[in-house]
Amino acid sequence: MSYSEIMIRYGELSTKGKNKKDFIRKLRSHVQSAISVFPKANVRSNHDRMYIELNGEDYEEVKEKLVNIFGIQSFSPVLQVDKNIEAIEQAVIQVVTELYTSGKTFKIGTRRADKDFPLDTMEINREVGAAVIQALPEIEAKMKNPDIMVNIEIRKQGVFLYTHKVQGAAGFPVGTGGKAMLMLSGGIDSPVAGYLTLKKGVEVEAVHFYSPPYTSPQALDKAKDLTAKLAKYAGSIHFISVPFTEIQEEIKNKTPDSYSMTLNRRFMMRITDRLREERNALAIVTGESIGQVASQTLESMAAINQVTESPVLRPLVSMDKTEIIDLAKKIDSYELSIQPYEDCCTVFAPQRPATKPDLDEVFRLEEKLDIDALVQRAIDGIKIEKIKVEDSTDYKVSEMFADLL
Amino acid sequence: MIYFDNSATTHIYSEALETYQVVSNKYFGNPSSLHQLGESSSQLLTQSRNQIAEFFHVSSQEIFFTSGGTEGNNWAIKGTAFEKMTAGKHLITSAVEHPSVKKTFEQLENMGFETTYLSVDNQGRVNLEELAQSIRPDTSLVSIMAVNNEVGSVQPIEEIGKILQDYPQVHFHVDAVQVPGMVELDLSDNSRIDLATFSGHKFHGPRGIGFLYKNMNRRIQPLLTGGNQEKGQRSGTENVPAIAAMAKALRIRFDDADQKVKNIADLRETLRCQVDRYEHVKVFSPIQGAPHILCFGIAGIRGEVLVHALEEQDIYVSTTSACSSKKKTESSTLSAMKVDSRLSESAIRVSLSETNTLEEVDSFIQAFDEIYTDFQAVFKSKGD
Repeated sequence: MSYSEIMIRYGELSTKGKNKKDFIRKLRSHVQSAISVFPKANVRSNHDRMYIELNGEDYEEVKEKLVNIFGIQSFSPVLQVDKNIEAIEQAVIQVVTELYTSGKTFKIGTRRADKDFPLDTMEINREVGAAVIQALPEIEAKMKNPDIMVNIEIRKQGVFLYTHKVQGAAGFPVGTGGKAMLMLSGGIDSPVAGYLTLKKGVEVEAVHFYSPPYTSPQALDKAKDLTAKLAKYAGSIHFISVPFTEIQEEIKNKTPDSYSMTLNRRFMMRITDRLREERNALAIVTGESIGQVASQTLESMAAINQVTESPVLRPLVSMDKTEIIDLAKKIDSYELSIQPYEDCCTVFAPQRPATKPDLDEVFRLEEKLDIDALVQRAIDGIKIEKIKVEDSTDYKVSEMFADLL
Repeated sequence: MIYFDNSATTHIYSEALETYQVVSNKYFGNPSSLHQLGESSSQLLTQSRNQIAEFFHVSSQEIFFTSGGTEGNNWAIKGTAFEKMTAGKHLITSAVEHPSVKKTFEQLENMGFETTYLSVDNQGRVNLEELAQSIRPDTSLVSIMAVNNEVGSVQPIEEIGKILQDYPQVHFHVDAVQVPGMVELDLSDNSRIDLATFSGHKFHGPRGIGFLYKNMNRRIQPLLTGGNQEKGQRSGTENVPAIAAMAKALRIRFDDADQKVKNIADLRETLRCQVDRYEHVKVFSPIQGAPHILCFGIAGIRGEVLVHALEEQDIYVSTTSACSSKKKTESSTLSAMKVDSRLSESAIRVSLSETNTLEEVDSFIQAFDEIYTDFQAVFKSKGD
């Protein structure tokens, strides 16, 4: 079946009174850029629906793009038919026949915006319903919770039919909720934290710490690939890589092993907070979940958090590992995350990290380090790149091997 | 030269051969090596696996590379038998399987397993009722080929799958070596198939490479243990050039597959109609068989004689299967189909591919006509 347009229902934003215009504008621009690869498709919107006129573009391909856009509650492919009752009946019979299997019920629902159409809503429902029953004598009409719901909209421009709803990504359009810095390691948790943050409409920039030669180039590529997985939901994401070797070596040389993890994390937090300020973001996002590892006991979190007054968002804080893994699989980051490259959290990892670090001890140890200079040198060494889905290794590899395979 | 022996092996696509060469030269690193050379090989391996998985609508986690059909069949069958031997040692297969299946079951029988061999009808198809009745609480495996390599019978795989829905403990293995590009075989989530064997050189890929589809919810024992390649399921350094070339061959095979298979079926139908006109010709292949295999014979003329007579005309065919061609045994498929052994000795197999043309079929028929007329003289002198 060849659909003429896609009708999009807005997500939670429908309730957002005066900000609504902003939300719709943002969503519309996301939809537009997501489907920019389909030049014939055209987007239009009003205050309760958005429509994509397909103009011959393939519905299935456009659908693949739409399911990743936050702010869309659901959408339906729409069929345009001639503006007369015979054409409507014929099309509805075809649609219902395709969906019908023994025992299913149906309902016709009509919205008539064009009052010039000769039949009123009730008459259309009745006539079309009767035509369906004549074509499929076994089928039954049901008013409440029918299996097949056929919606007919009579508009000035024509008659539009739709049946099923495709679940959208829900949430708010990315960018309507400000911006935050995501501390992205190579693990399972941080990409999921990023995804959940994006879902609430908050734009993220990824901050990744790397320590060559202790961490491999593959580990850095992996972090970028994880960012590319998130870019699917955001269009593109700024990826900031921070050289961390010097700080790690300093801590290793001058402080006891049991406190190195706490001290390292405090540096990461300080640097991220500086970047947050420079890049006009409002908060820091981490993939921490209570009690998972030594750095994520409440005592540890408090000791690490003490370096900043900025809000630190922890979307995974109360989730179980299995819930996090399910989400990681859903956003297709899991397989990538479990690839065994050492990242800078595992380099020099102490045998027995302090799970209840003492703040006074932390202060005493930090006196041995030139914190400001170390932070500054790390920040001077950052690299910022904009990462899109097409920048992932997967994508590049498939391009590279396209001729061979 | 007219090559009509495509079920024995196919001529490698030049593009696949090129892939083999380029990969051998450029991506020769061991995929398990940490350095960039190994990394590139590993990426190419992953990409090849993804591509193959996509063609069959399965997860790339479900594709395991093997050395070909024989290994795939051995692994699926023994791997299941060994994995589930504490739960049961009863196995089911058909009477018309390829030797790599048949001999594997015989070996398992010698080790204390019990096998039920399902009979086939005169079309070479298994009986579904017999299957249903053969399943026991201790049955661990049903192994049925999708397309018979000797006569081209297509087994009711979907229906078998439906029967097995009620027996979740049973692994369902399908020898799918003759499938790609020729008949449909659903391996997606809707399918009951747990294991399916494929071989590269049957679809214009290189020799010595194949793959086994294994549903991710099923476990089988590995046959080859060692360096834990293929997720520990099949050790041995991956044959990346052959794997990439096989992925390429599969892509070409599936390109415009509907049209190709229609052409092949048309050629087979033309052949069938033409040879069927001769008084002493008996066609053994079912009409509703695979589109690329036609098995027939001239009564009283041994298949081997006909193969050589055609060869003199530069036409290459087999007696019933390449594997049994050199032995003087009759076709096991035909005997299972209850074809009289004197008649089944006459069988030859013509097997086609997309590279064959109508002109070749015409030349074949012309050559066949001459050979038949010569033999006819022999018949007559005999009759006198």
